[in-house]
Amino acid sequence: MVVEKPSTETVYDWLRAVPDPEIPVLSLVDLGVIRDVVWQGETLEIIVTPTYSGCPATRIINLDIETALRDQGIEKLHLKTQLSPAWTTAWITEYGRRQLEDYGIAPPQPAGGPARCPQCHSENLERISQFGSTPCKAQWRCRACLEPFDYFKCI
Amino acid sequence: MGDNTLVLGHRVSEWCGVAPVLEEDIALANTALDLIGQTTLWLNLAGEVEGAGRDADALAFRRDVKDFRNLLLVEQPNGDFGRTIMRQFLFDAWHQACLSALCESEHEGIAAIAEKSLKEVTYHLERASDTVIGLGDGSDESHARMQAALDRLWPYTGEMFTSDDVDQAMASAGIAPDPASLRPVFDERVTAVMTRATLTLPESDFAHKGGKTGKRHSEHLGHLLTQMQWLQRAYPDATW
Repeated sequence: MVVEKPSTETVYDWLRAVPDPEIPVLSLVDLGVIRDVVWQGETLEIIVTPTYSGCPATRIINLDIETALRDQGIEKLHLKTQLSPAWTTAWITEYGRRQLEDYGIAPPQPAGGPARCPQCHSENLERISQFGSTPCKAQWRCRACLEPFDYFKCI
Repeated sequence: MGDNTLVLGHRVSEWCGVAPVLEEDIALANTALDLIGQTTLWLNLAGEVEGAGRDADALAFRRDVKDFRNLLLVEQPNGDFGRTIMRQFLFDAWHQACLSALCESEHEGIAAIAEKSLKEVTYHLERASDTVIGLGDGSDESHARMQAALDRLWPYTGEMFTSDDVDQAMASAGIAPDPASLRPVFDERVTAVMTRATLTLPESDFAHKGGKTGKRHSEHLGHLLTQMQWLQRAYPDATW
């Protein structure tokens, strides 16, 4: 039971500990899907913008947010889906981008392709397929180390 | 919009596990997933507007052929890989033009779904264009198959630009574009891609109609729905 309402900063800190279900090195905050945290009277409202409309992780993300906040003692909780403005990879934080690369996923680039191989950092790359293991990724290969890797598509 | 994405999404998903190569299998499955996701948004909105308590699942699984308002193009069988890609390209070229216009809709909910979908569909169109060009301007075999696909599917494109009283009312209210106004953008894209693909557009402008109005679907839609809806029909409200 929470005696007083936690600040929205505290709620953000809690959400920073909730990983994306598909890419666990990325928190939901770093993924940029948490658009706002507001108290509406006694109810905590979380505004969530889904990444891809068909992404199966969306439902799990909502469930994980709810579980994490309930565990912190939040009882009155409302998750609101907001479609517009549409989610963009520009909302992935700098920290999130570094985490992605360390994990072996090339972060999104405005130029439309990966900047370098996440393994050996070579810039000699080729695209294998416009789609990958999840809706948000494409498959690329490094011509230097010959390793295939995932690229987080820029949208 | 929701019936188009639902029927095409189901059709494309039929390739899951049987596409020519793994990368194409994944690409087709991801495309289908985007379309089904968009379907959920459109049909939930349609249910809300209708106000009869039907959600996306009820609209997808408990309507029969005559209630569907999709283009005849999207219910056409997959055929070979070339025909699937050609169908995708023709649909994507129209879909992108339509969503771009819907982003300006006076209806907030429609504009938001269009804005979200447009990002995904722009990517679909890019991929479909590249693949049509690669196969059209490819081997003799792939060229012949793509030309055959274009000849077969072209008569299903005219329906995209026809309108009825509902379309006209929506255009007047600023909710949706006049379908005919999308033709120049569509034609420009199609002509550019077909030129690079060394494919020839059919000269006849004969158009099959009846899907969008629900008056006369092709026989293929019933078979598709049979497969898609059997579980909800046999076990209504089943959950797992």
